[in-house]
Amino acid sequence: MDKVLMKGNEAIAEAAIRAGCRHFFGYPITPQTEISAYMARRMPKIGGTFLQAESEVAAINMVYGAAGAGVRAMTSSSSPGISLKSEGISYIAGADLPCVIVNIVRAGPGLGGIQPAQSDYFQAVKGGGHGDYRMIVVAPSSIQEIVDSTFLAFDLADKYRMPVMLMGDGMLGQMMEPVAFPDTTGVKLPEKEWATTGTKKMRKPNIINSLYIQPDELEALIKNRWKKYIEIEQNEVRFEAEGTEDAEIILVAYGATARIVKAAIKKARENGIKAGLIRPITLWPFPSDVISAAAKKVKAILCVEMSMGQMVEDVRLSAAGACPVHFYGRTGGVVPIPADVYDEIRRYV
Amino acid sequence: MAIVFQKPKALSDVPLHYCPGCTHGIVHRLVAEVIDELGIEGSTIGVAPVGCAVFAYNYFNCDMQEAAHGRAPAVATGIKRANPENIVFTYQGDGDLAAIGTAETVHAAARGENITIIFINNAIYGMTGGQMAPTTLVGQVTQTSPYGRKVEAQGYPIRMSEMLSTLEGPSYIKRCSVDSIKNINDTKRAIKKAFQNQIDKKGFSLVEVLSTCPTNWGLSPVEALDWLRENMIPHYPLGTYKDIDAEQKA
Amino acid sequence: MPSKRLNYIAIRFMPHTAAERRIAMTYEILFAGFGGQGILFSGKVAAYAGLMGDMEVSWLPSYGPEMRGGTANCHVIISDSPVGSPIVNNPTDLVAMNLPSFTKFEKTVLTGGNIIADSSLISIKPDRDDINFYPIPATQMASDMEIPKLANMIIFGKLIAVSKFATMETVRKAVEKSVPPSKKELIEVNMKAIEAGYNYIG
Repeated sequence: MDKVLMKGNEAIAEAAIRAGCRHFFGYPITPQTEISAYMARRMPKIGGTFLQAESEVAAINMVYGAAGAGVRAMTSSSSPGISLKSEGISYIAGADLPCVIVNIVRAGPGLGGIQPAQSDYFQAVKGGGHGDYRMIVVAPSSIQEIVDSTFLAFDLADKYRMPVMLMGDGMLGQMMEPVAFPDTTGVKLPEKEWATTGTKKMRKPNIINSLYIQPDELEALIKNRWKKYIEIEQNEVRFEAEGTEDAEIILVAYGATARIVKAAIKKARENGIKAGLIRPITLWPFPSDVISAAAKKVKAILCVEMSMGQMVEDVRLSAAGACPVHFYGRTGGVVPIPADVYDEIRRYV
Repeated sequence: MAIVFQKPKALSDVPLHYCPGCTHGIVHRLVAEVIDELGIEGSTIGVAPVGCAVFAYNYFNCDMQEAAHGRAPAVATGIKRANPENIVFTYQGDGDLAAIGTAETVHAAARGENITIIFINNAIYGMTGGQMAPTTLVGQVTQTSPYGRKVEAQGYPIRMSEMLSTLEGPSYIKRCSVDSIKNINDTKRAIKKAFQNQIDKKGFSLVEVLSTCPTNWGLSPVEALDWLRENMIPHYPLGTYKDIDAEQKA
Repeated sequence: MPSKRLNYIAIRFMPHTAAERRIAMTYEILFAGFGGQGILFSGKVAAYAGLMGDMEVSWLPSYGPEMRGGTANCHVIISDSPVGSPIVNNPTDLVAMNLPSFTKFEKTVLTGGNIIADSSLISIKPDRDDINFYPIPATQMASDMEIPKLANMIIFGKLIAVSKFATMETVRKAVEKSVPPSKKELIEVNMKAIEAGYNYIG
C-alpha cells in the first residue's frame, strides 16, 4: 500500500477501525481531539458507533458496557481526561474487560498546559485508578509505530482480557509522518463467550462484575489475575535497543523523547562517545531485564523524559545500583532539544 | 395439583439480601414478571447500580453488568450501542441516579437512548446506612441531616421525573408507588410499557418507583408505607410525566 | 551556493566523511505566519514533496489557541535518513509570512540557510549577512493574480526555487496528494501560484 502522510491522532483512529473497532466513545480535549473527529466522520459510514459522551467519566463507562457486550471498544483523551477515566479503568481491570484507552499526554498537574509531556507515566503504569491491577501501556515513538501499536493494543487487550493504554503525547498526536496500514481483510476477531450478549435461553447468565464482598474470594481472584500479569511480564515486553553492544553510556527514553535522544546519541557517536539507547515500547511490562543487563556493562545510564522524573524510578530499580542512573528532564510542555541532551551525555562520560 | 403461585423465570433462585419490609423485592419481582411476559429473558441485559440493589446481578436470570456508582446509564448505552437488538435496562436508586449519576441520567435521556431505567426513590441512601439523598425531603432526619434537611444548608429535593420530562429525548416517564396493591399493579403496567417501548424502538423510558426504607427511616414496614403515602407522594406526585404515545394521539 | 549548504549540514550532526556529506541532504524548514494564511497547508505540500521524492519526512504544527487567529507555524523535516526530533529549532530554510514571525525566527536560521519572506508584509531586512535572503511580494502577487488566498503557495514556489529539495514534477504530485479529492479544481490554481513564485526574480 502507498504511504500517506497522517497525523498521529488520525493514524490511531484509522488503525483502530482497521483493527475491528466499531465502538468509540469520546469527549473533546486538546491535543487528541482529531481522534474523535476522525471517528465521527468514519464510523457512520462503516456501520460503527461514534458517540460524544457527556464527560470522560461517561465515555469510559460506555466503553465498559460495550466491551462487556463483546465488541472492540475504545476511548481517547488527554491527561486531565484520563484522571476522570481512572475510575472506569479500575472497574474495567476489575471486571477483566478488554478495551483500548488512548492518552495523548499534555502537561499537568491540573489543567496544566496543552503542549507535549510525559508526566502521566506514574498514572499509567502504577495505577491511576484504585486497587491491585495492572494495565499494559504501549508507548510508540513514530506515526508508523502508532499504527502498529494500535493493532497490538487491541490484540493484547483481547488476548489477556484487560485494558491496554496507548500512550502518546501532544507532539506525536499532532505531527504527520508517512504511514502504511497492514491489510486486515479477512482477519477474524476472537470469540468472547463470556460477553453479555443475551443468554438466548441457551446458557447460564453471564455477569460482568468487579464486586466481591468476601475477602477470601477477592484475594483468590486477584492472585489468579496476577498469574496473568506475570505471564505478560514474561512474554510481552517490547523495546528497541540501539548501539548498546559497545556503549559506555546508555540513554533510556520512550515516545517522542526517544527521537530527540537519538539525535543526541548520533552527535555523541560523531564525537567519539559510545552512547547507546534503550527505548521501552511497553512501559508496562517494563523492559527491566535489558536495562539490568546493560547497567552492569556501562559507566552510567541517563534517563531522559518530558517530566520531572517518573520512568527513571523504574530504570533505577532495574539498574539496582550496578551503575549510576542520571536524569535529565524538561516539563510543563517544554520539549528537550538534542544539543542539551548531548551536553548531559558529556557530563557523565 | 395446579400451581397457583411461582417465582418468575427471570428471577434467579438466590435469596434476596434486602431488609424485611423493603420494597426492592416487589420491584424486582415486577421487572422479572414483565421480562417473562414479554418473553425477552434471553435477549435482556441488566445493569446493576451501586446501592442496596448492587447485587441485582445475582437476582435477575439474564446477562448482567455491574456498573460503577451512577454510571449505569453510560454502561447501558455502551451495551445497547454494541448490540442494539438486546433489551437493556438499568435498576438504580436515588443516590445513584439523581446525585452521582445525574449527568449520565440526563444525557442518556437527552439522547433518547433506547434503554429502560427503573428508578427506585426511597429518599435515602440505604446501603451506606441512611444518609441524606438528593430526594430526601425537607425536614427529613438522616445520618447526614441529623437536624432534618434544612433548605439553607442542603437545598431542595430533586424531582427527577418532572425535570427529565422537560427534555425532548425521553419517550416515557412515569412516577409510580408500591405502597398498595393498586399502585403495585400500576407500577407493573408502567414497567411493562417501558420495556415494550424499547422493543418498539421508541427510545428512553424511565419509571420512578416511590419505595420504602423501613430500616433507615426507623419505622416498621407498615409505618413506612404510611410515611410514604403521607410525606413522599405529596412532594412526588404520582402520574405520567411524559408519554409520546399519548402526545401523538392528542 | 553549495558551500553555504555544506556549512549547516555540518552543524546538523550529519555523517562526517566527505563523501557521505556530499550526498547527505536534510532540510529543516520552518513555515511561519498568521493563522489563516495557509501555513500548515504549504508545510503539508512540502512534506508530501519530500515523500514523493523518496525522502524521510515529518510535519509538526503548532497547535492550541494560536491556531485560532494568532501566529501559526509548522516544522517540516525532509531528509535522506530517518527523522529524529521533528522539532525545527534551527531551520535551514525559514518561510516567513508576517513580521512577528520574521523577527522571532530570523536569528534561529542556520548559517548558510535561506530566509524567504513575504515582502508585501515584511518591509525590513535581516540583521545578519551569513544567510541568503529572498524577499518576494507574495501577498501583492496573489492579489494581482486574483488568487488572494494563495500567497502561501507563491512563496512556497520561491522556497522550491532556492532550496531545490524537490523538482516541480514532484511538487505537482505533492499538490495532487494534498488537495482534498472533492476539490480537484484547486490543483491547477495552486500550481499556477507555485510556478509564479518559482519563476519570480527579485
